[in-house]
Amino acid sequence: MSQPALLRLAKVSKRYGTVQANKEIDLEVHSGSIHAVLGENGAGKSTLMKLIYGVEQPDAGHIYWNGQEVHLARPSDAQALGIGMVFQHFSLFETLSVVQNVSLMIPGKPADLAQKISDLGDQFGLSVDPHAMVHRLSVGERQRVEIIRCLLLNPKLLILDEPTSVLPPQSVRRLFETLRKLQAEGMAILFISHKLDEIRELCDTASVLRSGEVTGRVDPREHDARSLAQLMIGREMPNVAHAAPRPPREERLRLNALSHPRASRFGTTLEGIDLKLRSGEIVGIAGISGNGQQELAALISGETRAQEPGMIEIMGKKVGHLGPMARRKLGFAFVPEERLGRGAVPEMSLADNSLLTAHSRNMLSRGFIRRSVERAFTRECIDAFDVRTPGPDAEAGAMSGGNLQKFILGREIMLNPDVMLVSQPTWGVDIGAATAIRRRLLDMRDQGCAILVISEEMDELFEMCSKLHVLHKGHLSSALDAAETSPQEIGRYMIGAAT
Amino acid sequence: MKLRLIRRDSASRLAMFTAPVLALVFTCLASLVLFAALGKDAGAALHALLLKPFLSWYSFSEVLLKMAPLLLIAQGLAIGFRANVFNIGAEGQFIVGALCASALPVYFPDGDFPMMLPAMIAFGALGGTVYALIAAALRTRFGASEILVTLMMALIAVQILNYLLLGPWKDPRGFNFPQTVMFPDNALLPILFDGTRTNISLIFSLLASLFAYLMMQHHFRGYQLRTAGLAPRAALYAGFSAPRMVWLGLGLGGLAAGIAGASEVAGPLGQLQRSVTSGYGYAAIIVAYVGGLNPLGIIASSFLISVIYIGGDSATVSARLPVAAVEVFQGLLLFFYLLTFTLIRYRIEFSRKVPA
Repeated sequence: MSQPALLRLAKVSKRYGTVQANKEIDLEVHSGSIHAVLGENGAGKSTLMKLIYGVEQPDAGHIYWNGQEVHLARPSDAQALGIGMVFQHFSLFETLSVVQNVSLMIPGKPADLAQKISDLGDQFGLSVDPHAMVHRLSVGERQRVEIIRCLLLNPKLLILDEPTSVLPPQSVRRLFETLRKLQAEGMAILFISHKLDEIRELCDTASVLRSGEVTGRVDPREHDARSLAQLMIGREMPNVAHAAPRPPREERLRLNALSHPRASRFGTTLEGIDLKLRSGEIVGIAGISGNGQQELAALISGETRAQEPGMIEIMGKKVGHLGPMARRKLGFAFVPEERLGRGAVPEMSLADNSLLTAHSRNMLSRGFIRRSVERAFTRECIDAFDVRTPGPDAEAGAMSGGNLQKFILGREIMLNPDVMLVSQPTWGVDIGAATAIRRRLLDMRDQGCAILVISEEMDELFEMCSKLHVLHKGHLSSALDAAETSPQEIGRYMIGAAT
Repeated sequence: MKLRLIRRDSASRLAMFTAPVLALVFTCLASLVLFAALGKDAGAALHALLLKPFLSWYSFSEVLLKMAPLLLIAQGLAIGFRANVFNIGAEGQFIVGALCASALPVYFPDGDFPMMLPAMIAFGALGGTVYALIAAALRTRFGASEILVTLMMALIAVQILNYLLLGPWKDPRGFNFPQTVMFPDNALLPILFDGTRTNISLIFSLLASLFAYLMMQHHFRGYQLRTAGLAPRAALYAGFSAPRMVWLGLGLGGLAAGIAGASEVAGPLGQLQRSVTSGYGYAAIIVAYVGGLNPLGIIASSFLISVIYIGGDSATVSARLPVAAVEVFQGLLLFFYLLTFTLIRYRIEFSRKVPA
């Protein structure tokens, strides 16, 4: 190419303590290209983007913009060059309107900005009402606001960090159309993802990151998902083929017209939720987070008490009025979506974190903690669930998300539950660990456990579940047979187009 | 050059021991400058503050006397603090404990009450506990902040004390001083070492420390309290009852403060007088935190703070240090301690890279 690359990174390295997050990364991004940065969680994608966006500075290496070397000390430096970034977690104020949110970053009269927002919306398929309050917007709309906010700064390079992880399939389609229009206008786009199919569909170049290094530079359209995955994880893609489920048996969890008012303005009111879960089956609840998932999980676990005992039945007993400990005694176990601060205490050792829910496993003698039992349990959990850690004394807060999730899941499985609720089992977990986690859940099912999985990842739900529900705005759809429905149908329920 | 704090993989044991030492060194350096700026003999002031308490058996026994209530109250408070239950008004529970214990010798001034001393301690313990539990009831029932409630109840306790000393409990032969009769002998705690004022309340405090150690480090109840403090949502997830933590945290704090109050009137004071409000309840908060809320650490910190108290008294006399300067010294110590305490969980990283 005669023209210099819009952005070029030469041997850029970044180290955090003992962790080499990025090692001698070379990267070239050209105008009019959608460039994928592909890698597992922890591969160094986020660090790399922070370096490009000026949030962090590299320890070594050079960054060139249109052939000129640049030093990006802060995000405003990057913005001044024409780099915009849409973060995975949105940074919008829920209590303000769209145009108010935009005006916090972009100078101009609100009326003018509202006009520009509408114009950009028409031009790139990013329609959103400038005067709507953000807390009323769907996730897809919020993302559009974030993108518009970036576009108003006239960027030449747009960075999108895992933009599809929160979107239903229909919104993903729409986002891709927008990105293609931006590409046609000559914009360069850095698209960060670990979803191979999306990258193959959208991107023309892909840089694959593994353990902080670039392990491949490919045209993703010429590779299948399997070979991309191999580049990404460095070995054969683990296979999750599993025996077909046996017919489910007795009922173990039942929700009877479960309704619960929201606790705050930004919570979700649950209305008339019915659900049955039987021994030997995995039932999935699909839907975008924020539609009542947290509220529902807390009601089933007992962290929130139901309004009437009969609204929730575990092992045939009415438990709506009981707390988590009493429900656990009936054979219930729960893996929450937040690992640090809820599923585990960050400042405590893994051994002490075993005690959190496994204290009934002979760990107490007259209320005194039996350290040897506690440690033996923890060791067993570490070994059986392949938790990568120095040992039972390591603090939970120092572990990676995937490892901690394996530990928490292992702890709950070792309780031998009859009913298990697993919320977002593979959020922020790398492919290897996610596969291991799913296989464990299928093993549990085969041993007769009744498992309810709440997840945003539709592939995961289709892989494990025999029945699917969709939670949308506090309403739960009726059960759909996983073998007969399709992601498109689930997607319609997710955005409320079907009920 | 840039300074950054990096979280350690696990708490550093070395830093746990060096943090208090470093804090002491920094405090001494800062106060040397301060005392010199005040035109005082800084060397003599530090000598009086830190060394004099060890130079005679009597001053050392006074350190132990001061240490007893500080240690006892701090152990009780630390249990609550570990569970994020902030009992700031131990002073009030201390006073109420002293009041309840004094009721017996005031109404039986000749000592003709069976088991006088044990009954006084029990009254004090009960009084302090009940007084603290009022805050627990308001917190669990109405969500009232225990920080505000305990603090305001401490002010109320002072007024009750004033009322009793100026009115019904005033010693009729006390020349109108606001104090009760001198307690009979069987209402006084036995002296531990002859020729000193150190009494067996020091043993109560050490027993309380042992109890706190066993409960907080080795018992499931203590584990629940710690979990509630470190990660309230994890405690909720595990099903540990949050209201029970509040009742327990405040109740044990009040119990310890009540016993300390009873020991104060049955010990060095020998009567109920206004000076019972000497600030032990507030100082114990500092003791608890300087001790890292750890039962063993609190033994060390209560000793250290007592040394500084006794040393401070002698420094105002021998080095002519103003009382405010002694208080600044104590404040500096806490400040530097909190600063160095960070090093237990974090390490400092210097990066030479100058941002462009």
